Amino acid sequence: MTQTVLTVDDSRTMRDMLRVTLEESGYRVIQAADGLLGLEALKGERPDVIVTDINMPNLDGFGFIEAVRKDGRLAGVPILVLTTESDAALKNRARAAGATGWITKPFEQTRLVDVVRRVAA
Amino acid sequence: MSSDALAQLRQTFFEECDEQLAELESGLLQMQDGATDSETVNAVFRAVHSVKGGAGAFKLTTLVSFAHVFETALDEIRSDKLEAGPSLMKAMLRASDVLADLVSAARNGDDVDAALWRGLADEIAGFCGKEKAAPVSAAAPAGFTPEPLAFTPQPLAFTPQPMAFTPQPMALPSLTPAPAAEDAQAGGGLRILFRPRIELYEKANDAVVLLRELERLGAMRVTCDLSEVPPLDALDPHGACLGFDIRLVTDRDEQAVREVFEFCEEDCDLVIRREAAPAAEAAAAPDPAAILNALRPAPKDTPADPPAAAPAAGNPAEPQAADKTAAKPADPARAAEEAAAQRAAATPAPATIRVDLDRVDRLINLVGELVINQAMLAQAVQGADGARDPAVSGGLDELDQLTREIQESVMAIRAQPLKPLFQRMSRIVREVADATGKKVRLITDGEWTEVDKTVVERLADPLTHMIRNAIDHGLEKPADRLAAGKPEEGVVRLSAAHRSGRVVIQISDDGAGVNREKVRAIAVGKGLVAADAQLSESDIDNLIFLPGFSTTEKISAISGRGVGMDVVKRSIHALSGRIFLKSRRGQGSEFTLSLPLTLAVLDGMVVTVDGQTLVAPLSAIVETMSLDAGRLRAFGASNAVIADRDGFVPIIDTAAELGFRAHRRVEGGDKGVALLVESEGGGRSALVVDAIQDQRQVVIKSLETNYGRVPGVAAATILGDGRVALILDVDALVARARGAATEPLLAAAG
Repeated sequence: MTQTVLTVDDSRTMRDMLRVTLEESGYRVIQAADGLLGLEALKGERPDVIVTDINMPNLDGFGFIEAVRKDGRLAGVPILVLTTESDAALKNRARAAGATGWITKPFEQTRLVDVVRRVAA
Repeated sequence: MSSDALAQLRQTFFEECDEQLAELESGLLQMQDGATDSETVNAVFRAVHSVKGGAGAFKLTTLVSFAHVFETALDEIRSDKLEAGPSLMKAMLRASDVLADLVSAARNGDDVDAALWRGLADEIAGFCGKEKAAPVSAAAPAGFTPEPLAFTPQPLAFTPQPMAFTPQPMALPSLTPAPAAEDAQAGGGLRILFRPRIELYEKANDAVVLLRELERLGAMRVTCDLSEVPPLDALDPHGACLGFDIRLVTDRDEQAVREVFEFCEEDCDLVIRREAAPAAEAAAAPDPAAILNALRPAPKDTPADPPAAAPAAGNPAEPQAADKTAAKPADPARAAEEAAAQRAAATPAPATIRVDLDRVDRLINLVGELVINQAMLAQAVQGADGARDPAVSGGLDELDQLTREIQESVMAIRAQPLKPLFQRMSRIVREVADATGKKVRLITDGEWTEVDKTVVERLADPLTHMIRNAIDHGLEKPADRLAAGKPEEGVVRLSAAHRSGRVVIQISDDGAGVNREKVRAIAVGKGLVAADAQLSESDIDNLIFLPGFSTTEKISAISGRGVGMDVVKRSIHALSGRIFLKSRRGQGSEFTLSLPLTLAVLDGMVVTVDGQTLVAPLSAIVETMSLDAGRLRAFGASNAVIADRDGFVPIIDTAAELGFRAHRRVEGGDKGVALLVESEGGGRSALVVDAIQDQRQVVIKSLETNYGRVPGVAAATILGDGRVALILDVDALVARARGAATEPLLAAAG
């Protein structure tokens, strides 16, 4: 069955890049431009994996992850944090918020697809 | 990824860069004005961050390096480690300019001279350098303490009841030695002891998934350690009570195994070691009885450890199904139903869509046809008896109204805010201020005013020129300003607003104003006006628009460039716009531009000339007057002037200029009308036509693309009766009539 990935990123370039890469690998991709819109998109969906940026307007990645984890219906969805920071502090903060894993930008396309597959149930 | 997709992404990236750069600049300007709220600083940070992120993806290393320094400083500002003082803000603004340059160099594939950015990068890094003692990355962001998730275990409503329980042997495929494992018995066997903690599940990592991933590395046998599973009445379905003893035969190294646990190493107990003994021997299949023994303390219903046990024991080829039933004891059926119901609601529609400009233009053209068609229909009905039928005439009126609304709505699609243009001007202001040593503050207003995209684009050059002029010629040097009792810092204002169907843009400065004596002297010196000409103050001010006029004796690098205000005026006229200057000595000058909202339609006056129907752009017409014989004076052999309020205006015989008849003929008593027009040179002329028919909006049809260039004609339109009417190029007509009569019209029009 086709798996669905929700990507949350305020950069259109990054959204397009995620979409093209994941769609080429057979995923269905839904997208949102910030944390709030991401939560909005989740109202009608339960994706198999969520990929989210950290630095975003309105609701940043940390807040978004926390909100998803608090929602019983969504709590089990793996969330990958997509960030240019390889910084340990940010990674830890994302983990504390409930992130499943992370991908450091700029990412190799094969690496992205591999990590998404790895965490998807 | 195909190269098409890549090229598309690249284009998106650069488009986004433009948006981010605009965002960056306006944010920095707000910060410079004292905005310290975190939203502004964060937005600025994100803008640079996004540019850097995308640049990284396209391996634009220079851009990444520069953006990184910039971003680091912004990060320090937003985490209050660095104060955004005036000198830092100045450097930041310059950095935003440099970033824009680097982006455009990257877009064009140009090489970049490192001198362009290296110095500034060092300067900015120097601001941050003060904090070097405590680098940002050394600690978690201030005020942050990692804490475990607020996690409330939800007890199941479950009353243990004695039940008939028959132990059944379980089919455990993954626990059976795989043939591959036997083949590779002598090879690298790895023993992995893996015990997830609750945090692992809370982060949506899943033991089943991890085991599945491990299995990709080689032949695997798993023993599930159930020793920690509590009696059922004490069982927390969300708890972590399973351990896994894994034997893996793989040709991959330990690192590959560690990578599987990359995201959860800290949330589990993990031991990985090379197995000395042959893997198969040690990995005896666990006796199902042993498992049941472990469960014996509570031999009732056995959901075991929900997130892991069931799937681990199930078929690994279908971990998904197994997981779903096990991991969501709450109510999977309801969740699925909910998801299905909500799928219909789908993702919220985005507020904007991107459309090819070609499609919009095609739509605009079609609506143009519709407008013409509607006018033709109305005219046809008027001629027929249908007009008397109220249903028909009412319907026509409605159609007319609807057509108009459609036309306006379609035009609105092409409308764009002036904001990006205004932002470019703030860069110009910084550059010119630096170059002239003047202190300048740009105040913008009405930047969200929308105008047709083409108008926005074609305004860039004239506006740049006027802003340069305002600073270079308008504003005084700081010392002179102080001497004149003004603040040292000069102010340039740029404002835009909609006014009666046009957009009005004003550029004003609080400088010295036009030096009228000097302007007049120059104009006289260059032979542009007669030495004894009677000129009002406003006339003198507007002399600067005359071709060949330039107030600076030596052309400066900033506003010189070989073009004067006449070029500005011509560009504005080409947009069917008008420009005026108002000035008060010692208090400053103000340029006012009045422009149409769109270039697709034109407000025109429909006139008859020698039996032909023509359209004169309303923007050029100042007033109309009758050709009263008493006001006409002959001037030379074939010329005449007409008395205006302020004097005499040369008469231009439109029919003759366009070649409808061979000789100029303007006689008093002619039943004609004079259209008083103001042309590019600033002077007035009277175009003589036979009659005025109507004043209306017409759809502009390019004559050049559909037919060819005709001197004295700007474009064409199609009237209600289906006939083509030419739209006059007033400037060209006037230039031709005023210039040497022998000069071909084409040259004047060019």
